[in-house]
Amino acid sequence: MEEADIERLKAIAKDIRKDILIMLNKATSGHTGGSLSVVEILVALFFSKMRHDPSNVHYRERDRFVLSKGHAAPALYAVLSRCGYFDRKELFELRKLGSHLQGHPDSKFTPGVEVPTGSLGQGLSMANGIALALRLDKMPSRVYVLLGDGEVQEGQVWEAAMTAAHYKIDNLCAILDNNGLQIDGWVKDVMNIEPLGKKWEAFGWEVLEIDGHDFNQILDALDKAEKIKGRPTIIIAHTIKGKGVSFFENQVKYHGIAPNDIELEKALKELDSN
Amino acid sequence: MEKASLREAYGRALLELGRRNENIIVLDADLSGSTKTKMFAKEFPNRFFNMGVAEQDMIGTAAGLAASGKIPFASTFAIFATGRAWEQIRQSVAYAGLNVKIVASHGGITVGDDGGSHQAIEDIALMRILPHMAVIVPADAIEMEQVIYTIAEYEGPVYVRGSRVNFPLIYNGDYHFQLGKGSIIREGEDITIIATGLMVHHTLEAAKELENCGISARVINMSTIKPIDKELIIESAKITGAIVTAEEHLIIGGLGSAVCEVLSESYPVPVKRIGIEDRFGISGKPEALLAYFHLMPEDIIEAAKRLLDCKPHRLRAIA
Repeated sequence: MEEADIERLKAIAKDIRKDILIMLNKATSGHTGGSLSVVEILVALFFSKMRHDPSNVHYRERDRFVLSKGHAAPALYAVLSRCGYFDRKELFELRKLGSHLQGHPDSKFTPGVEVPTGSLGQGLSMANGIALALRLDKMPSRVYVLLGDGEVQEGQVWEAAMTAAHYKIDNLCAILDNNGLQIDGWVKDVMNIEPLGKKWEAFGWEVLEIDGHDFNQILDALDKAEKIKGRPTIIIAHTIKGKGVSFFENQVKYHGIAPNDIELEKALKELDSN
Repeated sequence: MEKASLREAYGRALLELGRRNENIIVLDADLSGSTKTKMFAKEFPNRFFNMGVAEQDMIGTAAGLAASGKIPFASTFAIFATGRAWEQIRQSVAYAGLNVKIVASHGGITVGDDGGSHQAIEDIALMRILPHMAVIVPADAIEMEQVIYTIAEYEGPVYVRGSRVNFPLIYNGDYHFQLGKGSIIREGEDITIIATGLMVHHTLEAAKELENCGISARVINMSTIKPIDKELIIESAKITGAIVTAEEHLIIGGLGSAVCEVLSESYPVPVKRIGIEDRFGISGKPEALLAYFHLMPEDIIEAAKRLLDCKPHRLRAIA
């Protein structure tokens, strides 16, 4: 990847972070930490890797994206809007009555959202179903699904992990946002999920581990995943919850709290100064 | 009376649908021999997915297939389909408004020997409460076959409750199932008995006996529990002035509740619900269990007679 392209993605990521913070502040509720941790992953997918066309939302050859950790909806909405799926003004109606942007992603309301998510643990099963249908139809499209780390405590994730390996679903790539925190605290303290890589390997997956804030590593891993045949791939992306705003980083408190006016001003200033 | 298997009717209909439409996909959770989806699996191995003993993942995968334009039929026993995977059906299927068909076998207590753990007596309630979900309980194998062809054409989530045991045939080949419409299978003026599933047969038996006692019973097969046929319920209340409901399900939340919801707001008349009281099933042979839980024709007869005593006399003549 050219340095100029990386710089372009970094600039987009910064703008997306700002939009997320403003949206959440205006909504007065929502998930700050887990939205900020997935920004580079979403930007890499939607602005570089995925084939998609905001002017023809349902074109058949598009790649599909499923946000299994649906509480990161603000990040997805900010990205979709910037891609051109809908007007940026809509971002600031997030979570309000009559808004196209529901608290968690809902395909009935938001163009670019493939399936509704929000109840954790269900996205990988749906992504498998989408991938199987695409394979039956001999479509070249790929399916990307983004999971949370706390989310893999849900048993259904492992049912789906078995299915993807059993049916050799290699047009699917899962990405795990391993930010280490969940609502009640550190994942390792609430319900340990390690050894994460070994678990997925044991379930028959190709496992790639990367820094989930490094565009070169994300894009390399996505390219590698595409070349792996006969089994599904998961990219374990090590991330920082609240990434980009020093006083949100690794703070469990900001899992489900929106920035207030003072925090927003400070956060925007910090993002601009970097 | 000739009996036939609803499960085999389902298996045959799926196979025929599979031949007609390559978008038909079938999923099962390790019970394909029992649900008869194996018939489809044998002819269309590429369009059949055995998901193992993992109902939640089966429903989610079906939702993904539907989101990509396929018409998935997902099958297992009724309790596992609607109980284990309820929230997956809510979030990934109903909330999403996706075109997934959930067709379960082993509804009700006639599961028999396996006992209460395997007897779905709550499934109609669990599915009926979900927005956008259609709920159908066929009364015999002929209706089951019709239902399967109909829902393949219908766009939206559907739950169909089948049975482990064979049901006596109610219909002949001329029958035409309509989603959302109850069917009058016997006319009568004194009382209406609205039944579903196996209880339709028991109700017909009861109606014959009631006639011998000078009571004329209108019998309705309410195979679509949702959307329920309000017009037919209200019309029946107006004609007969009293209604008995009969189902192989809890009296809470099922057909009886659905009928009462319509009547209480639109045309209140005395009602008696026949079904399983607030308790779980137990092991036993199906026939023994039907008697034990008071789901036999004689139980319907007794309920009808008692209800007629409650019926305001003046209502009897309104027709």
